Amino acid sequence: MLSPGLNRRVIARRRERGLFLLAVPALLLLGVLFAWPVLRLLAMSVEGGTLEHFRKAALDGLYVSVLLESMKVAGMVTAICLVLAYPVAFWLSRAGRLGLALGMFALLLPFWTSVLVRTYAWLVLLGRNGVINRALRDWGWIEVPLPLLHNMTGVLIGMVHVLLPYMVLPIYASLLRIDPDLPRAAEGLGAPAWRAFLRVTFPLSLPGVSAGCALIFVLSLGFFITPALLGGGRVIMVSMLIEQQVREFLNWPFAAALSTVLLVATLAIYALIGRLTRGSRLATH
Amino acid sequence: MQLSVQRIVRRFGPVAALGGVDLEVAEGEFLTILGPSGSGKTTLLKAIAGFEIPDEGTVLLGGEDVTLAPPRQRDVGMVFQNYALFPHLTVAQNVAFPLEMRRRPRAEVARRVEDVLRLVELQSFGGRLPRQLSGGQQQRVALARAVVFGPRLLLLDEPFGALDRKLRESLQLEVRRLQRSLRLTTLFITHDQEEALIMSDRIAVMDKGRIQQIGLPGDLYARPATRFVADFLGESNLLEGTASAASASIPGFGEVPLAAPQPAGPVTLLLRPEALRLGGEVEALPCRARGTVVETVFLGLSAKLRLRLQDGPEVLARVPLRPSAPPPAAEGEVVTVGFSPEDVHVVPRA
Repeated sequence: MLSPGLNRRVIARRRERGLFLLAVPALLLLGVLFAWPVLRLLAMSVEGGTLEHFRKAALDGLYVSVLLESMKVAGMVTAICLVLAYPVAFWLSRAGRLGLALGMFALLLPFWTSVLVRTYAWLVLLGRNGVINRALRDWGWIEVPLPLLHNMTGVLIGMVHVLLPYMVLPIYASLLRIDPDLPRAAEGLGAPAWRAFLRVTFPLSLPGVSAGCALIFVLSLGFFITPALLGGGRVIMVSMLIEQQVREFLNWPFAAALSTVLLVATLAIYALIGRLTRGSRLATH
Repeated sequence: MQLSVQRIVRRFGPVAALGGVDLEVAEGEFLTILGPSGSGKTTLLKAIAGFEIPDEGTVLLGGEDVTLAPPRQRDVGMVFQNYALFPHLTVAQNVAFPLEMRRRPRAEVARRVEDVLRLVELQSFGGRLPRQLSGGQQQRVALARAVVFGPRLLLLDEPFGALDRKLRESLQLEVRRLQRSLRLTTLFITHDQEEALIMSDRIAVMDKGRIQQIGLPGDLYARPATRFVADFLGESNLLEGTASAASASIPGFGEVPLAAPQPAGPVTLLLRPEALRLGGEVEALPCRARGTVVETVFLGLSAKLRLRLQDGPEVLARVPLRPSAPPPAAEGEVVTVGFSPEDVHVVPRA
């Protein structure tokens, strides 16, 4: 029986609201153990009602240049990942059953090992007397070891290695969503394969490209372990500065201010990428 | 341009999707490949369009061997089942695509896109994206894109499947009109026999990777060469009986005289439901049977009756209706049905 005055739409809405309860345990956990501490940290940056810490972060050339350096690293990692990932994703989207299984296995294998272990592995591989340099010298290709470690090269190699799957997967997913009749139609209408790709397939995969780029850029910006271990102090990322402020100087309020700057920069870039690619997304969905 | 397909074979593992297909389409002809799904008609289309390389056989387009040529070199316009319009390009850009790929001058592209959009009555839709159009409009854009560059051959792969009946009928006529006015050699693929009868100059019925029969729609309907064609094209009563020289003994109807003598033994007669009569005129017909009406279906212009014959099989009868006339028979009623021997076709045995 309907109780009087109880609107049918209200009943309908109540049914939908019940589903929200399913998310409550996870939200509770994140809220108490993550969101609340983060908010506390952010609040620390303006403790005592002063913007002093932000002024220091903005005016001291060191901090600004580190932020710019972080963005440069993130940009380079994103670009390298894109160039390496697109062909892989394209191949996977066209591969047969065996190729797909092997490709996916190789792609997801690194996720079974921690980033820390993988980064240490790079130390072994890239060092002056590492596997790579020794092999190249033994074969007589080089005489002086290549500077692969404790510099930008090492950081880029390590970060690209860790982040590459995050670029491949969204591009692969967006390529799969493209109706295979579309490139076929393009070829039937007179397009050579490469023109069909440039005019049809690539533009339609842009949602995946932009998702991958946003993901990698944002993850890179906050990267810590890999640049810390492979950069040898020559590549400083914002996250390393924050860690230094907390661990060495116990300057929590300033670390909080830097964290806030990083968070805001990350969100801004995320929004920017989203806006830049909204056009292509609208066209494809 | 003339299309000639010679002894095309395509195997997928142990299955022959195409088991040696021969086909000739004359210049300007509208030929339909009609067959159920899995009959190989799509594989045949792909081999002609260049998306599939046959294991054996030859595809000739205007006398030129294009069997191994890539799709882009064939100058074949194709309308895909789901239209395959480029979703990120506007209607005008979609239609301009084949011209741009042929590096036509910009002014010519603009003029031809405008002309062909006018032809399909979409001249004011050039700036829209495909998803802003209705299904029927998208279909017309796909058609415009397939004909704008003056293809040597037009391929239509079940292009009306996704449309509702009314729209489908008007588009069928529109496509036919366009095809005639451009004198385009056209190969149309469908599983819908009604569509095939409406649109085609000739129909090729396909089954199990082979063309079963090819001919004028009327010929195929009246004189199917195989049991499959008789069954697939239109509704049919296939009466099994025993032939002895100039007549056949059919359960329920007795002796049915045959136009041409048949070898003694089992025989299959095709009797279209509209050839089976009911009511007063039956008494004058030589072949009659008594039967019980099992089911009647009202179809507007006519009614379809399913009858169980006494000492015979179930048969379908289709009787014309007039708005003022009473229904021909009620379910459960026992009636006499009959037909004239010249309305019967002997289905050749495979």
